[in-house]
Amino acid sequence: MSLEKNPPVKLPNEPAITPQIVAEHGLSPAEYESVLAIMGRAPTMVELGIFSAMWSEHCSYKSSKVWLKKLPTKAPWVIQGPGENAGVIDIGDGQAAIFKMESHNHPSYIEPYQGAATGVGGILRDVFTMGARPIANLNALRFGDPSHPKTRHLVSGVVAGIGGYGNCMGIPTVGGETNFHAAYNGNILVNAMTVGIAPAHRIFYAAAAGVGNPLVYVGSKTGRDGIHGATMASTEFNEDSEEKRPTVQVGDPFVEKLLLEACLELMATDAIVAIQDMGAAGLTSSSFEMAAKGGLGVVVELDKVPMRETGMNPYELMLSESQERMLIVLKPGREELARKIFEKWELDFAVIGHLTDTQRMVLSWHGDIVGNIPIPPLVTEAPVYERPWTLTPLPPVVDAASVPAPKDWRGSLLALMSCPDLASKAWIWHQYDHLIMGNTAIRPQDGDAALVRVPSSAKGAGHKGLAMTSDCTPRYVQAHPETGGRQAVAEAWRNITAVGALPLAVTDNMNFGNPQKPEIMGQFAGAIMGMAEACTTLDFPVVSGNVSLYNETEGRPILPTPTIGAVGVIADIAKAVGSRLTEGGLGIVLIGETKGWLGQSLYLREACGREEGAPPPVDLVVERRNGDFVRDQIALGRVDACHDVSDGGLLVALAEMCIAGGTGVEIAQPAGNAVPSHAFFYGEDQARYVIASGSADDIVEAAKAAGVPAVLLGYSGGASLVVNGLLSLPLSDIKAAHEAWLPGYMSATE
Amino acid sequence: MKARVHVTLKNGVLDPQGKAIGHSLNRLGFPEVGDVRQGKFIELELAETDKAKAKARLDEMCRKLLANTVIENYSIELVG
Amino acid sequence: MKAAVLVFPGSNREGDVAQAIELVTGRKPQMVWHCDGDFEKTDLIVVPGGFSYGDYLRCGAMAAQSPVMAEVKKRAAQGVPVLAICNGFQIVTEAGLLPGTLMRNAHLKFVCSDVHLKVETSQSLFTNRYQAGQVIRVPVAHAEGNYFADETTLKRLEDRGQIAFRYCAPDGTVDGTGNPNGSIQNIAGVFNETKTVMGLMPHPENAVEPMFGGSDGKALFEGLVEALT
Repeated sequence: MSLEKNPPVKLPNEPAITPQIVAEHGLSPAEYESVLAIMGRAPTMVELGIFSAMWSEHCSYKSSKVWLKKLPTKAPWVIQGPGENAGVIDIGDGQAAIFKMESHNHPSYIEPYQGAATGVGGILRDVFTMGARPIANLNALRFGDPSHPKTRHLVSGVVAGIGGYGNCMGIPTVGGETNFHAAYNGNILVNAMTVGIAPAHRIFYAAAAGVGNPLVYVGSKTGRDGIHGATMASTEFNEDSEEKRPTVQVGDPFVEKLLLEACLELMATDAIVAIQDMGAAGLTSSSFEMAAKGGLGVVVELDKVPMRETGMNPYELMLSESQERMLIVLKPGREELARKIFEKWELDFAVIGHLTDTQRMVLSWHGDIVGNIPIPPLVTEAPVYERPWTLTPLPPVVDAASVPAPKDWRGSLLALMSCPDLASKAWIWHQYDHLIMGNTAIRPQDGDAALVRVPSSAKGAGHKGLAMTSDCTPRYVQAHPETGGRQAVAEAWRNITAVGALPLAVTDNMNFGNPQKPEIMGQFAGAIMGMAEACTTLDFPVVSGNVSLYNETEGRPILPTPTIGAVGVIADIAKAVGSRLTEGGLGIVLIGETKGWLGQSLYLREACGREEGAPPPVDLVVERRNGDFVRDQIALGRVDACHDVSDGGLLVALAEMCIAGGTGVEIAQPAGNAVPSHAFFYGEDQARYVIASGSADDIVEAAKAAGVPAVLLGYSGGASLVVNGLLSLPLSDIKAAHEAWLPGYMSATE
Repeated sequence: MKARVHVTLKNGVLDPQGKAIGHSLNRLGFPEVGDVRQGKFIELELAETDKAKAKARLDEMCRKLLANTVIENYSIELVG
Repeated sequence: MKAAVLVFPGSNREGDVAQAIELVTGRKPQMVWHCDGDFEKTDLIVVPGGFSYGDYLRCGAMAAQSPVMAEVKKRAAQGVPVLAICNGFQIVTEAGLLPGTLMRNAHLKFVCSDVHLKVETSQSLFTNRYQAGQVIRVPVAHAEGNYFADETTLKRLEDRGQIAFRYCAPDGTVDGTGNPNGSIQNIAGVFNETKTVMGLMPHPENAVEPMFGGSDGKALFEGLVEALT
């Protein structure tokens, strides 16, 4: 085709490429040399913009790629691992679960409502692009110190934005976590996760096929939203970030709801060859990835793109991050069928190009060629950095004897239950519709993992449930990334287990600082090593994920935060258990060994003002043994309630169970146990669960046989939390302290 | 012809958004701000040259869709 | 009982109510697209929850002008029962089928939570399986559920027994504590004069199975089946 051989024409007013323009596009001089080598000439502006977007940290994973390869990604139940829009696993009965977690950190700091909202919109599209109907959303949020002047505004905007988008879409937001720490003062984290369900035989992928097939644009029109958004998302912040407001995209959940329904309607026909959402770097990365994955070329006629504003140019069209748009390769002759569906849903539909066999991306604009890039070298020659890294050494172990016991046990428990990290987050999740679709079996705060019924494909069959959670303990990762990475995976696995489900797979959202600093790269490397080990030992492969680097402000990095999203399945949802203690007379059994590990514990931080020491070690073999035992006991119907022991230790876990179900307990430290009481009750040793059971003796006996440490602590009943010899606290006092902090904080004025 | 429609809450109808705006302004160092009422501003492009006709049509638009006359008042302004 | 569930662009709880109706009647309701002004005759019309037209302009305002609502108004006038939930309630008030309007929640935030409702009367198609004064627990999920009507209208509603449900405390006390949105006189749901149209903000359709939100809403659908079959 002669079209392809034409060198691109320069557009009117197009500037010459200067070193300054190159730098503004986030390309290093060496990277620009590669651009020149690939092109054999100076690129046009639109071509430079494409290189800049495709080689940004966000799209190319150039700093993290070598490390991500170390994560296990395969298992017999994995249908699709990392590399597509989302991960896909087989959950039986011909059904697949499709899920992923993604960050929208920088945009949410600049404009919290829209940043968080479009984060949710983006992850939803990633999941329904693959043919799934989303059934649940989760989110992991990290904010700065509550006393920082911006924190309240950020919490309020982010929560409203997540709710505004998810609620309108009609997808329940069923779980998540929220932490506060001064390290996030200038750089909050907003990680959003979506889980969807699709028939296992009907998954849609991005790889284009069929020379001549039409390339179709659907959804919203393209405006000037978020131009340079992908580049911004990978740049460190400085004081004038607030000036960057215009590049933040605005979400329209109403249109996305229409797009979801229209796409699912089209997916039920045989019209689609490939489909890809336009996320970061919009039309550039979507068209590029489709062609690259299919080993083909593509012609895009940019003047045919539906435009929202007048006077838009090719550069803006290729780099716009307007939301709620999709790119589809159709089978030939199916254009009219598809057009009718999208018109019914009042969405734009335009054929904007076609596939070629040239392996080149050719951009035309009113008949002129304005861009012409060879596709394979952009992938093969993409920068990959093995950045220098230094591992964080293991800090000294904090001896429990060196940590003072509380002078006032009641006060110490109330202080922990009302500290920002442990206080009830009901103020947040009551703003999320967590019940829509009518399948939510375990609501936020009622169990360690959210549990959602999977509508059965077969009539009369029992319903299975999908358990899901998101976890990370950044202070552990900061203290020792390898242990912290291991712990994040183990805790996610444990939370899925605690409701009775079998953990199946992981999506990871790696939030770190500037990878050009060896100590930050070392945090990343350490976390990956720990995660890889945990995922391998627990048969818990990583199937999707996202990396967010340069989370720093003025050179101060965030706590390293590898958020783990996880999904598990329970065959009969009726057998699942929550963590609410609703009945008296049940035996309270502690599973797992308590050595009284106080290093990096919340007790040490909140009661003693010390953030120090080695984090609790994670023995993965023990983790697996204890968890498998607990899951078996739940399956046997012996368990009434189950809660893992994590932040705050045993006493906090018990208090949470009591106030959630409105039933007290009377327990004691087992006779002969030599651990100092404050370490026994507030230590954060791993691989532990509290079980409430009417057949506690059977459980203790079975544990003995299985070599699992288990001890009966006491019984449920009454309206107080009673620890013999230490404290007796009415549940109403604990509940009041637990529930008052966040609403009080949010309604206070500076 | 261009038309501008202002939709406001009727007097006596509680306006929580207006109250929140007023509260925030006070907090931001504008103590002189008293009661705040917020509303909607809608700009329409009309293919009509006769002002009287345009006004009548706009009145109908307001009653049918743009305003909820249970709680809202509207005013119409024709420009150029 | 044959039921029709309307679907507008942006509706999102149509599946939930369809699921509840199927659970109680054993048959799927007919789903009716907003452009369809000529749908099959049914015993019950349901206007479901969601964000029709994105809640833009005013909640329910644009859906109220759709072809299907013109037909619903006609059939309601002939006595066909209409159950309008959440955004459906907003739509039918905008369409003039029920008095009053739904304003932004007093605390300005979206709220999803279980609430307690006091059943004001058992004398209707919708509430015949409940006792007057009974307290039930069902969820709400809305940002604009703050019911408002002028004094004359309120008096007329009271006098004619057109109030269906009020928000209350778990023990049935009707006061501010149980009110999730600031609605006037704690009103959660109202009838038209003939009690053939009912609108309510809470979601009885999300309270029909013990494991999934409780089952206090189920009697509403069972009552309808009894009355309309």
